[in-house]
Amino acid sequence: MLKRSVWLCAVVSSAMLGETFLIKDVALHPVTGPDVPVTSVLVRDGLVAEIALKIAAAKGVKVIEGKGLHLYPGMINSATTLGMAEIGAVRETNDVAELGDFNPQLRSLIAVNPSSEHIPVARANGITSAIALPNGGIIAGQAGLMHLDGWTWEEMDVKRSAAMHLRFPVLTTTGTPAVGGRPVGARPSFAEAKRRHEEMLSKLRLFFEDARRYQKAKAGTGTAGLVVDRKFEAMLPVLEGRQQVMVTAARNRTISEALEFAKRENIKIVLAGCREFTPELLKEIKARNIAVILPETLALPLDEDDPYDAIYSLPAELHRAGILFAFATFDSSAARNLPYQAAASVPFGLEREDALKAVTINAAKIWGVDDKIGSVEKGKWADLVLADGDLLETRTQIKMMWIRGKAVDLETRHTKLSDRYSARPN
Amino acid sequence: MRYSILFLGAVAWGSAADLVIQNAKILTVANGRIDGAILIRDGKIAEVAAKVLVPQGAEILDAGGMYVMPGIIDCHSHLAAESINEGSVSVSSMVGIEDVLDPGDIAIHRALAGGTTTANVLHGSANSIGGKCQVIKMRWGKNAAGLKFEGAKPGIKFALGENPKRRGQQAAAPGVTSRYPATRMGVEDVIREAFLEAKQYQAERKTASPPRRNLKLEPLVEVLEGKRQVHAHCYRADEILMLIRVADEMGFKIRTFQHVLEGYKVAKEIAAHGGGASTFSDWWSYKVEAFDATPYNAAIMHKKGVVVSVNSDSDELIRHLNNEAAKTMKYGGLTEDEALAMVTINPAKQLEIESRVGSIEVGKDADLAMFDAHPLSNYGKVQKVFIDGQLYFDRQNDLAQRAEREVKKKALLDKAKREREQDRTPPRRTE
Repeated sequence: MLKRSVWLCAVVSSAMLGETFLIKDVALHPVTGPDVPVTSVLVRDGLVAEIALKIAAAKGVKVIEGKGLHLYPGMINSATTLGMAEIGAVRETNDVAELGDFNPQLRSLIAVNPSSEHIPVARANGITSAIALPNGGIIAGQAGLMHLDGWTWEEMDVKRSAAMHLRFPVLTTTGTPAVGGRPVGARPSFAEAKRRHEEMLSKLRLFFEDARRYQKAKAGTGTAGLVVDRKFEAMLPVLEGRQQVMVTAARNRTISEALEFAKRENIKIVLAGCREFTPELLKEIKARNIAVILPETLALPLDEDDPYDAIYSLPAELHRAGILFAFATFDSSAARNLPYQAAASVPFGLEREDALKAVTINAAKIWGVDDKIGSVEKGKWADLVLADGDLLETRTQIKMMWIRGKAVDLETRHTKLSDRYSARPN
Repeated sequence: MRYSILFLGAVAWGSAADLVIQNAKILTVANGRIDGAILIRDGKIAEVAAKVLVPQGAEILDAGGMYVMPGIIDCHSHLAAESINEGSVSVSSMVGIEDVLDPGDIAIHRALAGGTTTANVLHGSANSIGGKCQVIKMRWGKNAAGLKFEGAKPGIKFALGENPKRRGQQAAAPGVTSRYPATRMGVEDVIREAFLEAKQYQAERKTASPPRRNLKLEPLVEVLEGKRQVHAHCYRADEILMLIRVADEMGFKIRTFQHVLEGYKVAKEIAAHGGGASTFSDWWSYKVEAFDATPYNAAIMHKKGVVVSVNSDSDELIRHLNNEAAKTMKYGGLTEDEALAMVTINPAKQLEIESRVGSIEVGKDADLAMFDAHPLSNYGKVQKVFIDGQLYFDRQNDLAQRAEREVKKKALLDKAKREREQDRTPPRRTE
């Protein structure tokens, strides 16, 4: 009986993991090592099995001619609402922001619609993985890392709980949200804004305090009467340092407060949505070995009198400070533009290879999955993109893609509409 | 005062002297690429060739092998407009952007820094017939009158679909009434009614006892007489076709369909009407009428004979329209020249300013953008921008002036602080 079930498992997984194939004579960009002008890559059981100039293809192994083409690891978009938001203006199609201030028990992945039209659209530009980010209240829930292919969200699951999302309270008199966007709501006076902000901060501190009390009560003796609290249960991995917290904070003041909070609470954090850094903050972030998720590079400066390229040059600034960072788009419909957001930082001081790393291996490191994805290396998952040029350039066409060795469809709602109406008789 | 530290103005290459830009890769848009020089005289392009004889006393600018393209033109922007929507009425043709131009809008400087030199500044889309538009050049540092693209044909904004319907569908806030229309049927009705009224007014104005001037109907009469362009915000194929049929019936033309995300479905009808299409490169799904969008839209319409431009409708996108144009190569396989045309000569044609701008040709305005890599690559940035032969943006100057601007800003902030403190001292009693 046991034998049979093991055998069944093996059949199921190998069917899921795609066929054995060889990509021949391709220019390889492994990302973790120097570019290789011509080589071949063998994929077996969903993994990169071999990389060498000459690989003899066994009988029946499919050979893909890679001459003149470039092979890259699939890109990772480190914050999206893919599968969670379909039509912006239609509330019924949005599952991004839950009610309430503290929802650590929520998990984004279970609300991802695998048949969302946005998923193939983002994927077709070379993105194979994405963080699904819950984005409401103060603690929004657990962000999951997913593959952009699968019949169900379970099949898409790469890491069910890659981070807890904390939207750090913002002191604002303009209503600026944590990540980009236009100011919303009426402008409160500074005194009023400060009062509101302190109220939010004390709520947050209190929530952590309560969670710690729960942790202590649970660890202590005589827990017979302890009522299980699902919110606090969800906080245990955070308090124990097993779960990292993605803290969104756009401006210096918020970033600074977030850093102080993380230190006091002794939690492991990744900063996200950051739009500016003082030199002192850069130093501290580097010293504390904290990674950063950057939102779109193609964005307006925060203030009227900022240099026009204030945001364009931010990635290069982070790189110079030696900080690990990755790019993200924080949405669904523009998630496909991730490569161009990375590229936009290159004319303003970031090296091309570092821009590429920030959408591949460095993202994988931040999410703790660099043993599986983020580069083309023997033994890693075959999340691959075959393109006719530089992956970060708009003009480049993606020719083929694989997720865990399985070829994925490059057809999208957009190509289908295009094909259908291009064929309309004149 | 508020903007004083931001005004850098034009760094004049003495208007008296000729300017020769040498050693440039010139993307003319009209005649392919020329590796050579451009002679600028009196703000106009006087010569473009592999070799240009440098006139005596001319200034020489060595482009160092950089790319020079025509200044980018955006057929749909709202920058420098202090207000956008007069949404209280369904027909607001009596208002115009001309009256609310804000020359201190920092978006102008930022658009310049992205190589954009001309924009069609439009009224919003809150009503079926909106206000009058204003074509401007990014003459940062000039006053409102100085921004205007002199001689550009006047325009007016129309809007179809979800936006003009919104005020009819919303549950009215206390003290606010719903506004007709609430459906696409009503949008058609508003436009038809307005033009029937305008036709009657047009006829009455020619009689012996003409009626008093009607500032609402006057711009619509100009539309009927071909003196004012219609730029119509639209999304769905049905409403695009509806507007074409109303225009046919009333005897006017739609100059451009704006956004026109489903234009690819009725490209044949748009081409037959002679209308242009000004669309986003790849925006989609932000509302129901944007769900059948496809980034192949621009290329499909172009291939079916429509004059197409890629627009921004955004103070951010206007800073990299060259990259947005590159998306027509990715989605639809257009050539480099076709892609560049989407943000230069095509919008110029749509705005009927193609004899002045949109390509690098002798006799045209010297509106030029200089890039340090091919403008259709994601790895380039703008180094210099000229309008009428004057240098309006220079990255090196911009970088050099930052420290000085910081000092000025600090001085202003300190002054404001001192003044605030003085204000707090109790006022003396004067009796």
